[in-house]
Amino acid sequence: MCDDSLFDFLHSEIVAFLYRTADKDDQDQCISKLESLGFRVGQSLVERFTKDCGRFKDDLDIMKFICKDFWNSVFKKQVDNLRTNHQGVYVLQDNRFRFLTQISNGKQFMDTAPRYLAVACGIIRGSLANIGVNSIVTAEVSAMPACKFQIQIQRA
Amino acid sequence: MSRQATRGDPRKVNGELFTLTYGALVAQLLRDYEDDEEVNKQLEKMGYNIGVRLIEDFLARSNTGRCNDFRETADIISKTAFKMYLGITPVVSNWSAAGDEFSLLMENNPLIDFVELPDGHNSLNYSNIFCGVLKGALEMVQMEVDVKFVQDQLKGDSVTELRLKFIKRLEDAVPVGED
Repeated sequence: MCDDSLFDFLHSEIVAFLYRTADKDDQDQCISKLESLGFRVGQSLVERFTKDCGRFKDDLDIMKFICKDFWNSVFKKQVDNLRTNHQGVYVLQDNRFRFLTQISNGKQFMDTAPRYLAVACGIIRGSLANIGVNSIVTAEVSAMPACKFQIQIQRA
Repeated sequence: MSRQATRGDPRKVNGELFTLTYGALVAQLLRDYEDDEEVNKQLEKMGYNIGVRLIEDFLARSNTGRCNDFRETADIISKTAFKMYLGITPVVSNWSAAGDEFSLLMENNPLIDFVELPDGHNSLNYSNIFCGVLKGALEMVQMEVDVKFVQDQLKGDSVTELRLKFIKRLEDAVPVGED
């Protein structure tokens, strides 16, 4: 089976590659490209995941699945804290996020953190979309390597 | 009905995460460059960048020493490196008479697990990242090699074959003006 580190190498090279090859003016696009790349991955991944399990009871049940099993497999640990306002907004806090652990802890690389979270946001959004939940996923970093993902569920 | 507590083997899923991400990357490159040859080139470049980092990780974890000849290198690539990172052991074969060229034969290339090539991509080497990785990694241990695809299961061949050719041993270049 594939070694974990391969994915880390591939991920950081994808981010570096897109930024290296983009023109100065197109750098905004990189985030959305990374996000859509993640979306695709999330979509197919969750299908493989949930193939043998029953229906989810409700949104909270889905979120618990994302925070535990899903996070464990994709990001190698569970989410540290899950909060919700019970109106469709969920905040997932990870104190040691996989993609940020290789980056220095100080303030120095704060500006570049978003590009290392875009793929993850896409993966989460893609997975939820394939379970049948449309959402907007955003991430924020206040102190590396911790980060918060906010999931806003969109009702049709 | 409540869900089962565990879903699948996490290690298996991890392999799938890698395979699927690579697939999404190739799809993105095809959209961006719209040209198979160009995509091959970019994949090789990305592989090269990964290779130059991967070798450090490899040496640190595998505890391998210096290789005495290219045959030993071939063995380590197949039995240690491929085994460690991808869980497969490609067959080393088709040595050239001079002993400077060999093939790696893979029957189950993990990168192509969920892949089917659509029509009209005959010159795309989907797994071309391998070439770059091998090149980059070997360059960091003072070996210049040429790596290319000979056979590809995605194009109907029965195995995936990578051909490695030893070009030369790289000497540490001393910066100009220093002795």
